[in-house]
Amino acid sequence: MSEQSTARHSSDKERIIIVGNGMVGHRLIEVLSGMDAAKDIEIVTFAEESRLAYDRVQLSSFFSGSTAEDLALTDECYYEEKGVTFLLDNKVTDIDRSAKTILTSAGKTERYDKLVIATGSYPFVPPIPGNDQQHCHVYRTIDDLEAITESANSSEIGVVVGGGLLGLEAANALKNLNLETHIVEFAPRLMAVQLDDGGANQLRRKIESTGLTVHTEKNTQKIVAGETRRYRMVFSDDSFIETDLIVFSAGIRPQDELATLCGLETGERGGIIIDDQCRTSDADIFAIGECALWENRIFGLVGPGYEMAKVAAAQITGGDRTFHGADMSTKLKLLGVDVASIGDAHGTTKGSQSYYYQDDINGTYKRLIVSGNGKKLLGVVLIGEVDAYGSLLQLMLNGIKLPTHPESLILPTSDPASVSIGVESLPGAAQICSCYDVTKGQICSAVEAGCTTLGDIKSTLHASTGCGGCAALVKEVIDCKLQSMGVETNNNICEHFSYSRQEAADIIRVSKIKTFKDFLERHGTGLGCEICKPTVGSILASYWNEHILEQQHLGLQDTNDIFMANMQKNGTYSVVPRIPGGEITPDKLIAIGEVAKEFDLYTKITGGQRIDLFGAHVHELPLIWEKLIDAGFETGHAYGKALRTVKSCVGSSWCRFGVQDSVGEAIRIEQRYRGLRSPHKIKMAVSGCTRECAEAQSKDVGIIATEKGWNLYVCGNGGMRPRHADLFATDLSTKTLITYIDRFLMFYVRTADRLQRTSVWLEKLEGGLDYLREVIIEDKLGICAELEKEMEAVVESYVCEWKATINDPEKLKRFNHFVNADDKDSNIVFVSERGQKRPANIENEIRLVEVGK
Amino acid sequence: MSDTKWTSICGDEELAPDTGLCALFHEDQVAIFRFSDHDRLYAVSNYDPIAEANVISRGIIGSVGRQHVVASPLFKQHYCLETGKCLEEDACLKTYLVRSHMGQIQLSSRP
Repeated sequence: MSEQSTARHSSDKERIIIVGNGMVGHRLIEVLSGMDAAKDIEIVTFAEESRLAYDRVQLSSFFSGSTAEDLALTDECYYEEKGVTFLLDNKVTDIDRSAKTILTSAGKTERYDKLVIATGSYPFVPPIPGNDQQHCHVYRTIDDLEAITESANSSEIGVVVGGGLLGLEAANALKNLNLETHIVEFAPRLMAVQLDDGGANQLRRKIESTGLTVHTEKNTQKIVAGETRRYRMVFSDDSFIETDLIVFSAGIRPQDELATLCGLETGERGGIIIDDQCRTSDADIFAIGECALWENRIFGLVGPGYEMAKVAAAQITGGDRTFHGADMSTKLKLLGVDVASIGDAHGTTKGSQSYYYQDDINGTYKRLIVSGNGKKLLGVVLIGEVDAYGSLLQLMLNGIKLPTHPESLILPTSDPASVSIGVESLPGAAQICSCYDVTKGQICSAVEAGCTTLGDIKSTLHASTGCGGCAALVKEVIDCKLQSMGVETNNNICEHFSYSRQEAADIIRVSKIKTFKDFLERHGTGLGCEICKPTVGSILASYWNEHILEQQHLGLQDTNDIFMANMQKNGTYSVVPRIPGGEITPDKLIAIGEVAKEFDLYTKITGGQRIDLFGAHVHELPLIWEKLIDAGFETGHAYGKALRTVKSCVGSSWCRFGVQDSVGEAIRIEQRYRGLRSPHKIKMAVSGCTRECAEAQSKDVGIIATEKGWNLYVCGNGGMRPRHADLFATDLSTKTLITYIDRFLMFYVRTADRLQRTSVWLEKLEGGLDYLREVIIEDKLGICAELEKEMEAVVESYVCEWKATINDPEKLKRFNHFVNADDKDSNIVFVSERGQKRPANIENEIRLVEVGK
Repeated sequence: MSDTKWTSICGDEELAPDTGLCALFHEDQVAIFRFSDHDRLYAVSNYDPIAEANVISRGIIGSVGRQHVVASPLFKQHYCLETGKCLEEDACLKTYLVRSHMGQIQLSSRP
């Protein structure tokens, strides 16, 4: 290749020499050769090492089985294909700035138009007498690792000097080499730069529990021959340890030797000084990565180095990108321990305050550092559990206002989903992947262009292919974007009404519209459809609560609402009587059993503590209900967008832990809201104590007993997209509890979209939970009296739809399969399975048993 | 039209406006619908070819664009009541002639 490079001398292309082929130098080559300007430039790179660029971040995986090939970021073919000239084992030893040439260790001189120094850093070895012996190593290159491996073959004990990020990586390497491993740190704590005392202590505890020994506040004075081991390290307090092998990993120093030699400006403590364009004091020479000093800072992470590579590439090719510093937050796994540090992790900002959560049992530590007024997140330390990292980082980077109770962001009850800050709130410029500098806006554009999965985004934008820490967040942005594309056009109910459900509800309420026909004539077009008809039917029922089988509403209802049962796959129906709070007498259980037997119904216990009876022919429904009503049952509204069940645990009446009568309360609540029509089904639960056996926190309305009253949770959900309910108010009296639920439900009924569960409704509600509290508790909108009045009217006008139906011969006429014959639908056939019947499959080979009655 | 043979199914009043019902017509199950708009009647086969169940008469009726349609109560595909054609998938309902005559709803097979 070197022959070619000289041959190209005469070409009129701009000649770019890149000194150093580490991660950042390689990134620059990738960026440059991907640009339109690539055809006008010639790239030459020199590497001191014998390998092309490899992934230094993943270096320690070399000890858990990765090979040099696995770590490689590129190969010769790629460079050849891109026309990049590369010279390995070729250290650049000097630069002649006036002649614009460089000199290599092999004695070669090369001309440049633009020069980029990407020489990285070298490990700092403390000036300790005896630090240069055979089994003393550093931890930086694959060659270093090979030397350490070699030493380890003849060693039993190993010491790492340095308890920082790289020191812990090195310790992990020694541990993987089966050495008894010690970490010796000069500072009083591990990872002194990234962690506070509490975090460092928890990290130390976890590391020590894996068998490593940590020595802090140890200043090594000298390394001498040992008595039982190869070496003895003597500390300033006269204590010592003996070891066979030593790895120095006490920090890095910028590799600025070349710059100093040729007279480029460098910092007092090293580093090639660069401006926002990544230019050194010589306009034709750039410096990027760990060798560069920007505003007196060295950036020892790959993310900022990559950004500098982009800036240099832009400047070289006439672009105007500039460097503005970089966030140094990190998340990584060290010795099996998850560690994350964001922003001002030490809380050094004036007036800052902190929230702490520490769990020694599970080895977690979390600290939030917030601004003096409690509104902004300044820093975070996470040990042991770092799921919230992505969300918290975004909160910090974008200065998003914290929720009212920021502590919920780190409390253990919050599952990762609840820590989610809602990517909707992030600006398009928010950086999601810091390794490859990919913003939310870029991901959204890629989704618009057809990407739908994390894999798609990885291959098109490289996002999440670096450290991978942003994977969850990238996924969230994709999903959010996809979701918004689905409903982005408009939220009109359907082609017949250009209103959302909420707008329709307002019109119906304010203009006192009582029929669909009236609404369609005044505000719609066409004849309606299966979407707007039930929606309007539900709104009419919510406000005026007329029996849904009144003639003028009949055509608005889904078959389930018309026959007040749930149609199953073969056209038969299932029946669910209400069992308030899940409490049922033996007599009533027997009654259900008898009905099921008489009509040969398949029975199953539901998740909502009641019993579902399947396989009823339409003509059987009134007969079944006559018996159920005689036995004291009423309809369970399993067919409606309405209150389903209020699940309960036995509470204080039986349970030794119960602190309130949860069953009693559940029954009262179920009886209050039964029959309420709403945008979607509503589920509730009441638990008698904090053990939460009724799983109230997965319900639309969840109530948990406390010593002093009730805690109210809202907007939880199970199902396809589970959501943990939010704690809405605490220690409520029974009366206040009901008042809040009245207001909450009516506000939801008024404002939610069609088929929108409370969980999604809340997520879309501008102002979120805080706003909801203002409306329901503080009556910000001044509508609470109205909401309560509407609920009172619904409660008072409740009648069991089935009772009303079986007492009305006119309504019963519909319950026949044929209008002109008493025959049943002959197409319905059942087979027997586990002692009950079920619908036969067309392809089913089992003997068909026609159900005769 | 005079030689079309009509079968009376039920009284007019038994089919509420904007609803449907199912009739046994010879061996066929037939879904009959009434639109309050211009008091139009439609009749199609009651068998939902996609769900493979006799449920069409229990679907909600309405319009898609200018077409009068019924939506399957199980999987919500729309069928044009004029032609029987499914708007979303390759499926079709058989159509019948229907009329209101002397207070009776009457069906006839298409010639």
